[in-house]
Amino acid sequence: MSNLGTITRRTFLFGSMAITGGVGFGYYKYKQPIDNPLGNDLADGGRALTPYLLIDQHGISIITPRAEMGQGVQTTLAALVAEELDVTLAQVTVLHGPASSAYFNAVVFEEGIPFSSIDTSAMTNRMRNFVHVPAKLLGLQITGGSSSIADAYEKMRVAGAAARNILVKAAAQKLGVSESSLKTENGMVIDANGQALSYLELASAAAHIVANSALTLKPKSEWKILGKSQNRIDVPAKSTGTAIYGIDVELPNMLYASIRVNPNFGAAMNSFDASRAKGMQGVKKIVAIGNGAAVIASNTWYAFKAVNAIEFDWAAADYPRDTAAHLKAVEDSFTDKQQDSQYRKDGDVESALAEAEEVVSAEYKVPYLPHAPLEPMNATAWLRDGKLDIWAGTQIPTQAVKEAIKITALAESNIKIHTTLMGGSFGRRLEMDYIIQAIKVAVEMPGIPVKLTWTREEDMTHDNYRPIGMARFKAVVGDKGPIAIDLQLACGSVNTSQMGRIDMLMPGPDISIVQAGWDQPYAVENFRVTGYRTKNDFPISSWRSVGASQNGFFHESMMDEIAHSKGLDPMQMRIGLITHEPSLKVLKAVAEMSGWGTALPEGHARGVAFSLSFGVPTAEVIEVAIINGKVKIVKAFAAVDVGTIMDPRNVESQVMGGLNFGLAAAMSGDISIKNGVVQETNFHQYRSMRFYQAPEIEVRILENGDRVRGIGEPSTPPAAPALANAIFAATRMRIRELPLSKHIDFV
Amino acid sequence: MKINVNGKPHEVDVAPDMPLLWVLRDELNIKGPKFGCGIAQCRACTVHLNGQPIPSCSFPVSAVGDAQITTIEGLGTPDAMSLVQAAWVEHQVAQCGYCQSGQIMTATALLTDNASPSDEQIDTAMSANLCRCGTYPRIRTAIKSAARNIREVALLAKNQTSPISRETS
Repeated sequence: MSNLGTITRRTFLFGSMAITGGVGFGYYKYKQPIDNPLGNDLADGGRALTPYLLIDQHGISIITPRAEMGQGVQTTLAALVAEELDVTLAQVTVLHGPASSAYFNAVVFEEGIPFSSIDTSAMTNRMRNFVHVPAKLLGLQITGGSSSIADAYEKMRVAGAAARNILVKAAAQKLGVSESSLKTENGMVIDANGQALSYLELASAAAHIVANSALTLKPKSEWKILGKSQNRIDVPAKSTGTAIYGIDVELPNMLYASIRVNPNFGAAMNSFDASRAKGMQGVKKIVAIGNGAAVIASNTWYAFKAVNAIEFDWAAADYPRDTAAHLKAVEDSFTDKQQDSQYRKDGDVESALAEAEEVVSAEYKVPYLPHAPLEPMNATAWLRDGKLDIWAGTQIPTQAVKEAIKITALAESNIKIHTTLMGGSFGRRLEMDYIIQAIKVAVEMPGIPVKLTWTREEDMTHDNYRPIGMARFKAVVGDKGPIAIDLQLACGSVNTSQMGRIDMLMPGPDISIVQAGWDQPYAVENFRVTGYRTKNDFPISSWRSVGASQNGFFHESMMDEIAHSKGLDPMQMRIGLITHEPSLKVLKAVAEMSGWGTALPEGHARGVAFSLSFGVPTAEVIEVAIINGKVKIVKAFAAVDVGTIMDPRNVESQVMGGLNFGLAAAMSGDISIKNGVVQETNFHQYRSMRFYQAPEIEVRILENGDRVRGIGEPSTPPAAPALANAIFAATRMRIRELPLSKHIDFV
Repeated sequence: MKINVNGKPHEVDVAPDMPLLWVLRDELNIKGPKFGCGIAQCRACTVHLNGQPIPSCSFPVSAVGDAQITTIEGLGTPDAMSLVQAAWVEHQVAQCGYCQSGQIMTATALLTDNASPSDEQIDTAMSANLCRCGTYPRIRTAIKSAARNIREVALLAKNQTSPISRETS
């Protein structure tokens, strides 16, 4: 049974507050309340029961203020409220809601502090709570870091429980009976005689009623919705072509735009010649926007065609001109001067290496990667009568408001962000570039809504990329496994690059450089992990699983090399080294699922990898077959521990998707630079996984972890090393560079 | 220029080389077919031309002529889904969902020709359609499940036209 005593003391104020046209109550606050963002928009008679719940003439609406990028978050967030409110998901409408600092994400910053996610000491937990305070003050409404469910797990259930409590009180007053004689079910309060009052008819009576200061949440054993697979609310629309993504927004008298900006990132546009584009069919206007130019036309395709007919003179960028020079910058960063962190320093690595008769060592590399969600960047903006409306798929709607203020100088109250469904993101829609451009276009076309859509070529060559990176390790190996490991990890700072673009300074070390490298639950007597920061003016960003995306590959390829150097079984060696119980259990589960150690057909082999990222221990086994010298991925097995399962089928979907995302990049994902410009322009050059390449995937979800965890990212990091380790087992070829296709072909 | 979409005639005044996709999306406000790449590499734009799947992003509208164009909206609606769409919902295929219009159009064309496809035939038919979320395993399950339902419906109602175009469950 969860008692909310500690939470209410610290953070919650349950009360009602009269606001224009309705009632809002159930504030989440630290010291000062944040205005209920639903408050100003209520139709007469509407009741905003907490910032997460609205009851009006249309029925019950649950606000799920996180970006739906495909991860199913809106269904699960709605389920958290619905469970405690005693309504079914079928009874409610789910809305993303407005951009508001009330919907700040506290948990997203937890991954940024240098404590292992499985460290539950008092001091570490105090640090975690501490980062919730600046998170609230920043009011950053952000979706990322696999944090949505962990962040919402308490506050959205409490929102449901508070609203239910208030509705019961309203019913008790109306019926003149005690609260304890009433029960709730399917959106109704029911009295002892079976008389039912619907939540809708009780909502207006709920004004000024204060919820109990301490609420008891349902124990897990009484859950009707949580813990069970739900039909996702967005799936019927997505299966019938009726879901509205940003690119589908249509407004009266709308015009369509496209843009080209300098592919030399950060460099100026010297000049452009639009004389040929100007007279082209459908073209309405051509405008310079920052270091590029946009065409506004009567049809997106006319805009594409005209923007490609503009002749540009681009200035060159400051960063190195080609991929080899970028890699050289990474190589050169393994110096004391560029050391960024050393969060793991167990035992005495130096002495162990000096005294060893034999040292195993290797060097690894990974390339830049694009996010390349299937829906290209786009946004619609409409500036009229001193008001600005923006429609966009974005992971940080509150930041879009800030950018709009900077460009238009409008008051915040005159800016409205409509967050749409997103055709994928994988971290891409944490950026503001396409939204800023759309606002600037709207400023040029006052009174007219304009939708800006990037071509795929613009999208692929103007991403912010997963950094190019390297690892070096030296290890001393005994009969049971590693005695000493020195692991050095180098890449640019994603935090500095990415957060810098939204005006946030991130002082101190960047933990993403060593994420899933320093904090793995292997007990090795002498173990040192050092992060080195590569100087990097090329835009880099969070790419599904962030630093773990490359460090998972480095760390787990290293563990495999260590095992094979002494003829140890890579699965058994890991099991022998891991002390963290939930981590051990996922490894044992995946061993059993995959039949680890049992015979396979000729030419087949298995590889294993384990990564702990975003608090989720994840073990994967990949089975490959070598067919005429080419690799076929036959089967994949994944075991994850999410602490508490919210929706088993959706967790399974995310594990499958994240695993395939990792395999796709491991096989062939590569972004190269020549003359300062990204060379891969579209999916014929940036090759992604195809249907015939996708393995059958078996997933097992465990619940031994200490708290509920998000599952959007953790299955990505082990995919690449499990595949590379399987290829080694099949061919004895150790590939120390991604993409693997540089060294071996795939079927 | 006249074109026929989902059984309805439309008059459009556009450049003859405009890809069908942009006629559908920006002129006719038919938003089910998606723009992903513009060069027939991802097939999110897939529609049927007389029942055959084509990448509408790379198909000039002037080449449509008298042919019947079917988009995902023409297969079924949220209240009356086709068997393939219903299988997509039953198996909760979509994640971001952006590619799924195209996936469903390709799968529908496959199953119209062959209601008992082998794994290899499914691979061949589906491999032009890109999914970045990695929903491929669920797509395979949904296709097999739709195929079973299509065979069943075909057995029950041999004389009805196109058993997979509509379902009223």
